[in-house]
Amino acid sequence: MEQITDATLLDIHRRMIRIRIFEETAGKLMEDGKIPGALHLYVGQEAIASAVMVHLSNKDWITSTHRGHGHLIAKGGEFDQMFAELYGKATGYCKGKGGSMHISNLDLGMLGANGIVGGGPPIAVGAGFSNKFRKTDNVSVSFFGDGASNEGSFHEAANMAGLYKLPVIFICENNGYGEYTAQKNHQAIVDVADRAAGYGMPGVIVDGMDAIAVFEAAGEAIKRARAGEGPTLLECKTYRYFDHVGVRGMGLSYRTDEEVEQWRKRDPIESLEKRLADQGILSPEAAQAVHDEVRTQVQDSVRFAEQSPMPDPSTLLEDVYAA
Amino acid sequence: MPQMNMIQALNSAMDIMLTRDPSVVVIGEDVGYFGGVFRTTDGLQRKHGEHRVIDAPIAEGGIIGAAIGMGVNGLRPIAEIQFADYIYPGFDQIASQLAKLRYRTGGDFFAPVTVRTPCGGGIRGGQTHSQSPEGLFTHVAGLKVVMPSTPYDAKGLLISAVEDDDPVIFFEPKRLYNGPFDGDHDKPAVPWSTHPGGEVPEDYYSLPIGRAEVVSAGDDLTILCYGTMVHVAQASAARLGVAADIIDIRTLLPLDVATLKQSVEKTGRCLVLHEATRFSGYGAELVATIVEECFYALEAPVRRVCGWDTPYPHAFEWEYFPGQKRVMVAIENLLEEE
Repeated sequence: MEQITDATLLDIHRRMIRIRIFEETAGKLMEDGKIPGALHLYVGQEAIASAVMVHLSNKDWITSTHRGHGHLIAKGGEFDQMFAELYGKATGYCKGKGGSMHISNLDLGMLGANGIVGGGPPIAVGAGFSNKFRKTDNVSVSFFGDGASNEGSFHEAANMAGLYKLPVIFICENNGYGEYTAQKNHQAIVDVADRAAGYGMPGVIVDGMDAIAVFEAAGEAIKRARAGEGPTLLECKTYRYFDHVGVRGMGLSYRTDEEVEQWRKRDPIESLEKRLADQGILSPEAAQAVHDEVRTQVQDSVRFAEQSPMPDPSTLLEDVYAA
Repeated sequence: MPQMNMIQALNSAMDIMLTRDPSVVVIGEDVGYFGGVFRTTDGLQRKHGEHRVIDAPIAEGGIIGAAIGMGVNGLRPIAEIQFADYIYPGFDQIASQLAKLRYRTGGDFFAPVTVRTPCGGGIRGGQTHSQSPEGLFTHVAGLKVVMPSTPYDAKGLLISAVEDDDPVIFFEPKRLYNGPFDGDHDKPAVPWSTHPGGEVPEDYYSLPIGRAEVVSAGDDLTILCYGTMVHVAQASAARLGVAADIIDIRTLLPLDVATLKQSVEKTGRCLVLHEATRFSGYGAELVATIVEECFYALEAPVRRVCGWDTPYPHAFEWEYFPGQKRVMVAIENLLEEE
């Protein structure tokens, strides 16, 4: 198994902080009515995107979900273009035409957040097919939730990836809820990883709140894929602190506040910072400095987004077809 | 000039594109080893390899989704959906992903996917092997929609579809695969070798997407049609001895408005035909276009002859299918209207 270096640990840590502060800030801006529309926030799940993405280059492609900001940030997304996209500004990653649920960037290999649950897996299969066809050692990674694992699209995609032995990694972020329905009320199984057996691929379960565990398990799956040994279904057990949509996480009928508090005690950032401090890799003061630095960057980027121009109305009709 | 039926012409188009462009792949149910249930991909896997002509599971959403991922990542896939009636499980991937990819990424991504699918009735296929769902796709911005009526057009338009950087839904009227069916089901089948549209060059050629074709010229009325109905229209006008401008729409989206307009401004009367159900069918768009563009030239209301607003019936296939009898009545009525 690949030994994780101090530099990689620090890299993962920074990506997690970037996601956390971006998301908390974006949530506040949504509540204040500054960012139009609704946001699905990734807070609580940061370890997964961050620890997977350090294994990937820009030529490795990912498909994301409606909860996609974290995936793009971990893949190298810039705050300026991200906030601008959320604001619907011309300077956004998609010129303001995508918004939160459809944010994407070709250069980073981020095929897009996706407003359709289960929309991504078949597309990742096609991207993976192309990687194999063109004899590259690039992989594609499809992120999806426990809810999407009930969609036919996931099963069709997993079957095809297994059949063609494609370099695709299916990463199920099982946060226990499909929108507002608890897992026990939407599927008869506890471990989504069990479904791998039906498609001739390994199913692996990992603690999604533990960045190092995710790093190791994802590393194995990605290595297998690059070596031509086929796909893996990696299930990361995790939790979303905020609501399905928006910020409010507590005082809701579909889950208990005690449950939220229990999961928050296992916060992926706090636990990683404790390990980094114990091992003398990053002192609490140095960790705080990362938070402060990222917070400043976020504030600068919010300013950038707010000061950016709206797209010109003439662009409404552009990009429907090739020019 | 070689004679081809529509299956051979489509096969030739794919063979040429697989040969010319190493990024072209074909994926679908039974398309590889078996060569397709209609034989449209016969021999292509043997010639071009299993990695270029790919047998897929029966999973239409998976096929189209995979084609999108291929298309985004450097390939130029032709996805076959075995019957247009099977396209609904893949509709989400077409409508929500394929059609919108370019727009939602601000032009960053595109997927040059062609979806080929046999459509239409006249083969006693019943309600799930006879449908004409083209109007569902012309309603989706970001798609192009094509339906040829001859082998010659089928080959040239399929090559254009594959070369197009936009997604194209390519409908193949399956009753026309083996001959120019004019709606008269009692008559012995006619092969394409008896029809000028069956003359198909062996080599590469392409026909422009976005151009309708005037297949016969006349001043009495304009008939707008596509697919099988082009042949029904021609036979009906000939039996009545009516001089009609018969326009094969060929590419439903984008629509060649200029050709339609020029004709209706000349004739002042317009009949719209399609096999698909009438209500909210593609014909409604054609009627609206003619009314908007040619209102002051019209001498009579624009009329439609379509499939009935029912599921495709097994027992009443020839009552449902808008055959010559119904078309002739409509022509006669339209010419008498003041």
